[in-house]
Amino acid sequence: MSDNTINIDGQTVPFLPGQTIMEAAMAAEVYIPHLCHNPEFTPHGSCKLCTVSVNGRSAAACTMPAAAGQQILNNTEELNANRRALVQMLFVEGNHFCPFCEKSGNCQLQALGYYLGMMDPHYNHFYPARAVDGSHPDVLLDLNRCIMCELCVRASRDVDGKNVFGLTGRGIHTHITVNSPSGRLGDTNLAVSDKAAEVCPVGAIIKKRHGFAVPIGERLYDHKTIREVQTEAHK
Amino acid sequence: MSFELETAKEPEKLKRVVIEPVSRVEGHGKVTILLDDENRVHQVRLHIVEFRGFERFIQGRPYWEAPVMVQRLCGICPVSHHLAAAKAIDVLVGAKHLTPAAEKLRRLMHYGQILQSHALHFFHLASPDLLFGFDSDIAKRNIVAVAAAYPEIAKQGVLLRKFGQEVIRLTAGKRVHGTGAIPGGMNKNLSKEERAELLKDIYHMVAWSRDAVHLAKKLYVEDLERNSQFGYFRSSTMGLIRADGALDLYHGGLRAKDAMGQPIFDHVDYSGYNDVINEEVKSWSYMKFPFFTAKGTEEGWYKVGPLARVNNCDFIPTPLAEAERHDFVAYGSGFPIHSPLAYHWARMIEMLHAAEVIKDLLHDDDISGSDLVTQGERALEGVGVIEAPRGTLFHHYRVDENDQITMANLIVSTTSNNHAMNEAVRQVAKQYLDGHTVTEPLLNHIEVVIRAFDPCLSCATHALGKMPLMVEILDAEGGALDRVYKDGSGDVGCGA
Repeated sequence: MSDNTINIDGQTVPFLPGQTIMEAAMAAEVYIPHLCHNPEFTPHGSCKLCTVSVNGRSAAACTMPAAAGQQILNNTEELNANRRALVQMLFVEGNHFCPFCEKSGNCQLQALGYYLGMMDPHYNHFYPARAVDGSHPDVLLDLNRCIMCELCVRASRDVDGKNVFGLTGRGIHTHITVNSPSGRLGDTNLAVSDKAAEVCPVGAIIKKRHGFAVPIGERLYDHKTIREVQTEAHK
Repeated sequence: MSFELETAKEPEKLKRVVIEPVSRVEGHGKVTILLDDENRVHQVRLHIVEFRGFERFIQGRPYWEAPVMVQRLCGICPVSHHLAAAKAIDVLVGAKHLTPAAEKLRRLMHYGQILQSHALHFFHLASPDLLFGFDSDIAKRNIVAVAAAYPEIAKQGVLLRKFGQEVIRLTAGKRVHGTGAIPGGMNKNLSKEERAELLKDIYHMVAWSRDAVHLAKKLYVEDLERNSQFGYFRSSTMGLIRADGALDLYHGGLRAKDAMGQPIFDHVDYSGYNDVINEEVKSWSYMKFPFFTAKGTEEGWYKVGPLARVNNCDFIPTPLAEAERHDFVAYGSGFPIHSPLAYHWARMIEMLHAAEVIKDLLHDDDISGSDLVTQGERALEGVGVIEAPRGTLFHHYRVDENDQITMANLIVSTTSNNHAMNEAVRQVAKQYLDGHTVTEPLLNHIEVVIRAFDPCLSCATHALGKMPLMVEILDAEGGALDRVYKDGSGDVGCGA
């Protein structure tokens, strides 16, 4: 068995052949912060929040295969400081106004901000001008809150078989685009029951007319950290 | 249109006294006074110099965000904005009549807000002036000194406000900027345990509120001649009224009376507010000047808030507050009471009413009901109006077929009182500053009359009465002749 273990922050964690570090950690209830990773989908490795130190080299835990004897650092001050900086950059790159966002209390970005001790945005806000697309009868697309995790792209392509969403542009100009001649969500075949309509970890894709229905105090992260919620979810 | 002392004939020949900032909630205002060489007052203006922009940046947002987003206008009375917006959005989702549970929970939240806001204003902001005197030692003109000299009064004030905040927390989820009201209803009810928690203290709150009415009355009548004349002016009044003429701070029709108490309009459906109210813009203030369309800018200005409401209603539908209203109106000898300082007395009568309403609602099993949301035929335009602590509050939205807001118009209470506050400041300047050397106690007289309206200037006065102010007297060339200032720590200084 000793061949099939890795060490995360001093804890011996078993893994099955083919598992990533993230999968092995989740199975052992070891929390590695992440945003673009969702165990239901193929790993993506884009947000870099799950970056850990593997035998002294940085690697994304969600894409790096677990290998026997790996010495992994995860919950360290330095790595969490880097993660906090990444979350801060995500906040300033979009227009994330938690005070009136209906995803507040259920939002993974916000929950990670709390978990990582983010006290302010630190960086200058970009304040990008992004329009809200309300053209779909049941789903609202608010790219102000998009973090480009591509979960909607993966869900629409891999689960719904529709390819409603895609990425376009390069570098800092990369953004989510809608696959219709008009570029409007209302002109796609997206259905409110689609996986793509519910997978967004932030408030960019939301089901219309349900906002604020869950009272404060009963929301996902009102009483539990994202670490507790996600660790329990994978028990 | 210009009023006496609003615009001087030859301002360039006058000294300019500036009080800045007279801060407004979330922003700033200032008072400017133009004096001649004999310190005679020629012009007085209360300027609101900030610009908020909510009506613009809510455009494009989904309508269900409005009640949560627009309440961020204010940190003192967000519940009022939350509920006024929710009422407007109810219209959009076709919720013509809320379920009994939702309606009563919203009322509970609103009267909790009235209770906490009125307590905050009377005890924390106004009582130092009223208990110690307008020209008392500035070092003592704050709630800390009130707590030292009148510990029981200060304690009751703090606990009344705390109780109101708890009512808000249990109905809205948070003490400030909650989410309780959603399109067509509420997102939570009150559990038996939550009701029991509030019922434990409510009888104290009713009793203390009644004591507060008596204190406000005593402070007003013990120097009736001065207090009734301080900043005195007469004006029309407006507020919501229940169908049977009762005071109702959550819902009703619009009632307006003239300065003598004669009706101008009554039980007007507020969705047609545009037909009875218009707004005038003046170059020297970012705040508009609303007026009754039928009477024009010269005669149509009015005041709102506790004094207008207690004057206007036929009765208050709770017994203790109604008894106090009778006592109050007797001082008017059959006519409306217009003295700005009577606002405090009327405000405490409303606070007592709020405590009584909360008590009754806490005993009503409907507030533990589970049928919380209703909807009907969609509409593209909705108006919601509520009586906020400071007066009538209008929210008006239009949306498109994509559920996105295309137009928002807000008329907040302080805007309706804009002309009235200017008039009060002019009167005080005429009564107390005219011909005198400007001193800090005289400055405070201007603050006292502004505070009587409890405008959303109170943001700064929440800082334990240490509202930073500066008065400068300039000669015709703009050189400083004299200066009196009070900084953020309450220290006073003078000198050119």
